[in-house]
This record gives sequence, C-alpha cells and structure tokens, in this order.
Amino acid sequence: MRPGQRTALAGAALWAVLAVPAVRHPLESTMTYQMLVQLPLLGAAGWALAQGVPAAIDRRLALWDQSGISGLLLASLAGLAWMLPRAMDASVDEPWVALAKFLSVPLLIGAPVALSWPRAGFVVRGIVLAEVIAMTLRLGWLYLISPQRLCSNYLLGDQQRLGRILIIVGLAILLAVAWKLMWGHSGTGRATGEGSSDARR
Amino acid sequence: MRALRTPLASLAVLAVGLAVLAFATEGFRAFTSESARRIVVSEHPREVPSVALQTAAGERTSFSKLHGRWLLVDFIYTRCETYCLAQGGEFARLQRRLAEPIAAGQVLLVSVSFDPRDGPRELADYQRRFGDRGAGWMAARALDDDGRMALMRAFGVTAVADEMGGFVHNAAINLVDPAGRLVAIRDWDDARGAADYVMQRLAP
Repeated sequence: MRPGQRTALAGAALWAVLAVPAVRHPLESTMTYQMLVQLPLLGAAGWALAQGVPAAIDRRLALWDQSGISGLLLASLAGLAWMLPRAMDASVDEPWVALAKFLSVPLLIGAPVALSWPRAGFVVRGIVLAEVIAMTLRLGWLYLISPQRLCSNYLLGDQQRLGRILIIVGLAILLAVAWKLMWGHSGTGRATGEGSSDARR
Repeated sequence: MRALRTPLASLAVLAVGLAVLAFATEGFRAFTSESARRIVVSEHPREVPSVALQTAAGERTSFSKLHGRWLLVDFIYTRCETYCLAQGGEFARLQRRLAEPIAAGQVLLVSVSFDPRDGPRELADYQRRFGDRGAGWMAARALDDDGRMALMRAFGVTAVADEMGGFVHNAAINLVDPAGRLVAIRDWDDARGAADYVMQRLAP
C-alpha cells in the first residue's frame, strides 16, 4: 500500500469517527468546539483523503486548476458558507444541513486545498493566506464585540471566548507567515503545514 | 482552448458558490438564524400547529380555538431572572397599549412557557408579578412534550440551558394573524412596533 493510500484510509477513519453521535454531539455542544475542533478536523479528513487520489487523476484535474486557482476558490467559497452563524446554527438543528456539513467540509474544503495548494505559486498562496488571516481576525473581532448572540444554539460567553481564540489564531498564522517570509526558504507546501500547526497550538 | 479551462472552471465554481451563499443567506440579507427566521416568516407566513394548551387558570384550550383574532405570542419560562423579567413587563405594557382592541375581542396576548417545570400555578404567579390587568393576556403551557416541541419548532424558538439552571432563548414577540398564521416577528422589547403592526391591520 502506498503511503498516500494509508493517509487516505486514516482520513476516511477520521471522517467516520467524527460522524459518530457520541463524538459529534460533544463537538457541537459549544460554538468554540464546532468552529475550532470539528470543522478543522473535518477539513483535515478531506485533506488526508485527497492524498489517495491517483497521480493520473491529479494530472487531469491540474488542467482545470492552473496555479490551484479553481480549487482554492472552491475551498474559499465553501469556507465562507460555514463561517455564517446561520449555517453553524442550522447544522445542529437540521439533519440535512448537518449532512451538508459532513460532506462539504472534507470534500469541498479539505480535499481541494490538498490538491490545489501544491500547484499554487507564491502570489496565489500569498493571497489565500492574507485572506485567511484577515477573515480569522475579522470574525474573531465580530464575535468578541457583538452584544448579541449570533447563534441561537450557543451562549454569549461561548461566542466571546471563540472570538478571543480566533484573534489569537489569526495573529499566530500571521506571525508564522511573517517568520517564514523572513527566515524560511520558499519551498513546497510547507507554509500551510506551519500555519495550521500554529493554529492548533 | 486549454488555457481557458481554469478560468471556465473558476467561473463555474464562483457562480454555483454565490448561488449557494445567496440561498443560505436569504439573498445576502440574513447571516444569523434569528434574522433568517424573521425574513422567512414575513415572506412565507407559517401555519401555527393546533397544539393543546393549559392556561394559568387550569383550563384547556388550543391554538386553533384562538383563531379569529390577532395573537401576540411570546415564549417564556417563569423562573427567568435575567432579561426575560423585562419580557413580562413588556407584555403588561402591550396589554395597556392594546386595551381597546383587546376589549373588542380583536387581540389576545399569549405567553407560552417552554419549561416543563411550569404549571398553572407558576404561570398565574408570573402574570401577577408583572401587573396583569386581568383581560386579554393568557399564560399557558403545552399539555405534553410533543406539543411543546411542535410549538417551538413552528415558531423557531431555541432554548439553551445556561450555567444557572435557567435558559438562554431567542425571545421575541410573534404575531399570529386571525387565520392562525405566524406573519411577523418583532424584538422582544419592541412592544410599540408589535402594537403598531396589529393596529394598522385592524384599522378599517
């Protein structure tokens, strides 16, 4: 078995585990867990799944995905949808929205990022990272200062805690990227690896 | 042709993505479930299910028996000690503001408890506490769990347990027309807006 296939299997296992009610419900019990644990793990499952995509298929996809633009655009739009408080709220109440979340986050965010990031050059990566950092900070700031609950299913204190953590995460990614720009060597997909490991800390 | 593939794929992704986002936000107007429910209700009035109720006086009634007049409905729990205290005061104010149509049998205020611990006695205490004037304001609870869930679902009410044994909930004034359809939702502290809405539609 190729290492890529092994990673893909691990991704499928992670995907299945996240869908188990005993795992899913605790992760949806607070806004913080849903946004900072469940959604990133679902994305990671998709990323791992994409490692199993055969090279021949990846090459054919590349024809439609020069510089990774189509795939990263897809991931950004899907990411935008799951940043809506309404979507996070509904994924707790509505089974069909929950299904959409469990399918779209791995397949429309995690997997396209895994396939398109290696194709992306310096400029495209820079734009994506700048937008990720800006969006994380904007969202964190909004959650922190909003006097109203944005999700009917979650408490205000939870929303504010999520806001604080998002601001820290945004600053951490920013620092990691700045560090890499100044002292790192421009290489393959390492910039994301660093960004996300910092985000998880 | 090859060079066009990526722009074409990106355009297709963008078009579908924007369509999905427009659908998810009611045409870029609602980003939270609370604002979405208000827009959806005002554009597509929703039939209120005929759920059996028990009033503070211990009497049985149901939403279908209340048809024929405007209903201003809010969802409460009587142990609430935070801002829903103001909710009760707001309904007492509505009772004064709408005294005329209430006397004419055109309007009824309904406070529905979503807390299974609330019985007729707690509901009566609640109304007394906020200066109920004795006419046109009914406090009630659903008779069973199914009815309670059906009501909360129809009105889009979500109650989350908080750390103090109470609930945090999306309080609002729900307007039900004489045909029994939920047609508008106003902020819980917008008694004036809710009263104006009804008065405009009652005016001959």
